[in-house]
Amino acid sequence: MELQAVLMAAGGGSRMMDLTYNTPKPLLPVGNRPLIWYPLNLLERVGFEEVIVITTKEVQKALSTDQRLKTDVKMRLDVVCIQEETDMGTADALRHIQQKIKTDILVVSCDLITDVALHEVVDLFRAHNATLSMLMSKVHEFTDTVPGQKGKKKAGEQRDFVGVDVTGKRLLFMANEADLEEGLVFRKSIMRKHPRMLIKTGLLDAHLYCLKRSVVDFLVHNKSVTSIRGELVPYLVRKQFSKMFGVHNKCTSKEEALLQLARERSCWNDHRGDMSEAYHGGKLRCYVHIMEEGMCYRVNTLAAYIEANRVVPKLFEDPPIHPTAVVTERSLVGSDSIIGPYCQISDKTSIKRSNVGTSSTIKEKVKITNSIIMNGVTIEEGCNIQGSVICNNAVIGRGADMKYCLVGSGQCIEPEGENAVVQCSSGYTTHTKTHTLHFCSSVVFVLNPAFCVCVCVHSLAHVCLFFV
Amino acid sequence: MADSDGRQVDSINNATDEDVKLQEIVLAKNEGKELTKEEKQRLRKEKKQHKKSKKDDKGPPEKEKVKEKASVPVPSKPATQSPAHKAAPVPVNASASESPAAAEKPAKSKAELRAERRARQDSDRASKQGKKEVGQQSASSKPKATPNELQPVVKRLPEHVQVDDPAALKKLAKKLERQQVPLRSDYGYKVSLFSHLHQYSRKNPPTQQISIPATVIHPSIVRLGLQYSQGIIAGSNARSVALLHAFKQVIQDYSTPPNEELSRDLVNKLSPYISFLSQCRPLSASMGNAIKYIKKEISNIPSQCKEEEAKGELQACIDSYINEKIILASEAISKYAIEKISNGDVILVYGCSSLVNHILCKAFEKQRKFRVIVVDSRPRLEGRETLRRLVKKGIRCTYVLISALSYILPEVSKVFLGAHALLANGYVMSRVGTSQIALVAKAYNVPVLVCCETYKFCERVQTDSFVSNELDDPDDLIVTRNGKTHLENWQTVKSLGLLNLVYDVTPPDFVDLVITDLGMIPCTSVPVVLRVKNVDQ
Repeated sequence: MELQAVLMAAGGGSRMMDLTYNTPKPLLPVGNRPLIWYPLNLLERVGFEEVIVITTKEVQKALSTDQRLKTDVKMRLDVVCIQEETDMGTADALRHIQQKIKTDILVVSCDLITDVALHEVVDLFRAHNATLSMLMSKVHEFTDTVPGQKGKKKAGEQRDFVGVDVTGKRLLFMANEADLEEGLVFRKSIMRKHPRMLIKTGLLDAHLYCLKRSVVDFLVHNKSVTSIRGELVPYLVRKQFSKMFGVHNKCTSKEEALLQLARERSCWNDHRGDMSEAYHGGKLRCYVHIMEEGMCYRVNTLAAYIEANRVVPKLFEDPPIHPTAVVTERSLVGSDSIIGPYCQISDKTSIKRSNVGTSSTIKEKVKITNSIIMNGVTIEEGCNIQGSVICNNAVIGRGADMKYCLVGSGQCIEPEGENAVVQCSSGYTTHTKTHTLHFCSSVVFVLNPAFCVCVCVHSLAHVCLFFV
Repeated sequence: MADSDGRQVDSINNATDEDVKLQEIVLAKNEGKELTKEEKQRLRKEKKQHKKSKKDDKGPPEKEKVKEKASVPVPSKPATQSPAHKAAPVPVNASASESPAAAEKPAKSKAELRAERRARQDSDRASKQGKKEVGQQSASSKPKATPNELQPVVKRLPEHVQVDDPAALKKLAKKLERQQVPLRSDYGYKVSLFSHLHQYSRKNPPTQQISIPATVIHPSIVRLGLQYSQGIIAGSNARSVALLHAFKQVIQDYSTPPNEELSRDLVNKLSPYISFLSQCRPLSASMGNAIKYIKKEISNIPSQCKEEEAKGELQACIDSYINEKIILASEAISKYAIEKISNGDVILVYGCSSLVNHILCKAFEKQRKFRVIVVDSRPRLEGRETLRRLVKKGIRCTYVLISALSYILPEVSKVFLGAHALLANGYVMSRVGTSQIALVAKAYNVPVLVCCETYKFCERVQTDSFVSNELDDPDDLIVTRNGKTHLENWQTVKSLGLLNLVYDVTPPDFVDLVITDLGMIPCTSVPVVLRVKNVDQ
């Protein structure tokens, strides 16, 4: 066995609590499939036959009951449950399943949607006998307006500084802006060995890592490491250039001796200009594959979620209108919209550039543009929905007019009189008055991951507080 | 009789019947021409059929071969008969008397006899070869040396030099499909002289179609194949050692399926791995010999041997092979070579040969005073690695490119060359450029010494570098200087082809001495060594 796949699906989705407070992140529908389907499909396509899935009880139940998942995914899923209350980091999760791991591992996050040729990442891992091999991609700027956010993206996104060598494959330096106090600090040993280094910002870490088995053993001994991305990867990258390598302990000496002999006799070197042998004699090597073209999304923010919903349906050859959906002839469903199974679309509705989820009911004279309607949603007559996200099991009352709204899970918007414009930033509206409510700017404070308080200030005399 | 008549006419009527004489001479000449033309046609036809029957021997399946051979002698016979028939009406048409016909009769009969004899020889040869083909095993496409030199050995052309033959390609595709090994497609325009060789691109790795946890092919073999194709493991010795290391891991992870014997099943398991490796990079001669050795060792395992014991024995065999043929051999060669290095020598080396580097380092340790000139060439620029290793040891080095060879040679006292393989006719196969070095050194009367272990000796015979070679990625020749890449779109220029050869052969006249672990031998003694080796085995 060469590689074992580990899928991390226990994350909370802390950056899009509006969507995930009721539905766990792995089950959020993207293009009418649960989010977890995409990395599973990627692994299946390249030839994996079994995957270890680390997730919560809720997701496990859904995995075993969801018909679509069961038929589409032919691999054997070994689901490991962890308690939701224990705040387990990804490295803690690896430590938890240490008994199951027998070979090198490929760690994937459940929110990765990509069409990368996975052999590029794994070839680096194989050919150079690397300890870590990861995938990064150029960041896409999200241009669509995100419901609930006025103005530019908040500057809360911390930049990542990634240093690679001249070939662009060897990972020399990795730091996050949050960890740096004054500026970038480079060790002299790195500069001496690699005098030319390219520093890149604007790269998205796809959270796909190939790790050697010895790294898992290292994690078992060092219980202080909790997160792969936050702590383990920077540690390994730093350790490449330190004199003591604690990660690799003794291996069978005969094998090592033969490999050493082969390397000595080989006339190849990975760098030139100095007197050292290939890899500078270092045993720990980290490599990165940077995707120039192709699609790579990490669906961990609302903007990414909306963008993914826009792009993903075009890739798969599913029919845009599911055969079990009931669509009357007098409705207009645009070619870039997708309708999920068991939907009912009534007359005189127009659906453009939108995704409608499973078992949703859309009554007459509804106009839906640029929106995402999740599963089990009921939309009464005469609604006009634009640029919005309607979560599971919501009910939109008659005549509602929504622009760039986000309606939380299970909420209902009561029927209006005419000309009601509802612009809400998030969460629930228990009732709306007949006069217009304008929310000019909405500021979202995240007090702690459990709460999301939205304070909306508007021009009229209403101040509404929305609790999540 | 026409001739005699013509001559009589000549002698008698010299002056007067010149026209008649001329006419008759012309007639005779024409008939002679026709005769020779017919004969020439006949000869040509026979030669063609002879060649055709030979090609059929080497081409696709045996059944077809046997059928074709059966049919080939048949058409040759009527073919020989038809020119004979043609010869008959032609003199009838000729305007001369029956004397030309009479004169042709002895000539015709001679030609006919010759034709019949040739046809008989063809059929005999064809039937003999047919018998041989049916009897021969088709395990590997490598030619086997038979101890009996009297019987001609029929060697089948290996697949990797038959890329322009669609039948051979189809056969290869079928074989790879059966073994579940992905077929690697050729890349770019190939120069026509080398269109019979594979040319792969590094941007299309052989692992594109292999499933990611590699199941059909053992992971260590996949890793090895990647390292070959990317050039991480390069050099004959390194490749062999890495191959044997990977085989050790395969043997360790191997478990005999029920109802199978280890000695037979393991060899079958290794075949797809070897196909995969040859798709990544064509096998070297040393690798071929190592594989032959392993297969022999595996098939010699007694059937009552337990699995663990057998595996341990195989691992020990591999270890001893590496120890004897590579490590100890290089020690022995260094010892002999150091005798040839004297104080004050200026030694020229080319490229990066692990053995030559080892020799020079050992000589330096033995306190010999010499300096080294390292000659390098594009696109691999392996000399830089040699330079690094020697300078790290403390040896004084000079570095030149091969274009400066004739300028630097007057300074040189000896040339040490490494070899990729030594062929059975004494030719040395080595990195491209070696033959140039040997040639120029000969012109300057500088002794050329080739260092080569005996396990690289190969039974192949080659006199030129075209027949069997390796084409590397043509994009390696593209270089970017000052931000400009002139050859960037070389594929769009229809009349441009990039050729990146890897090996060339040096004739034995340019090589003065071959230093092997058996001693110092002249180049022409290579077949003797091969024969001794075969007798041993």
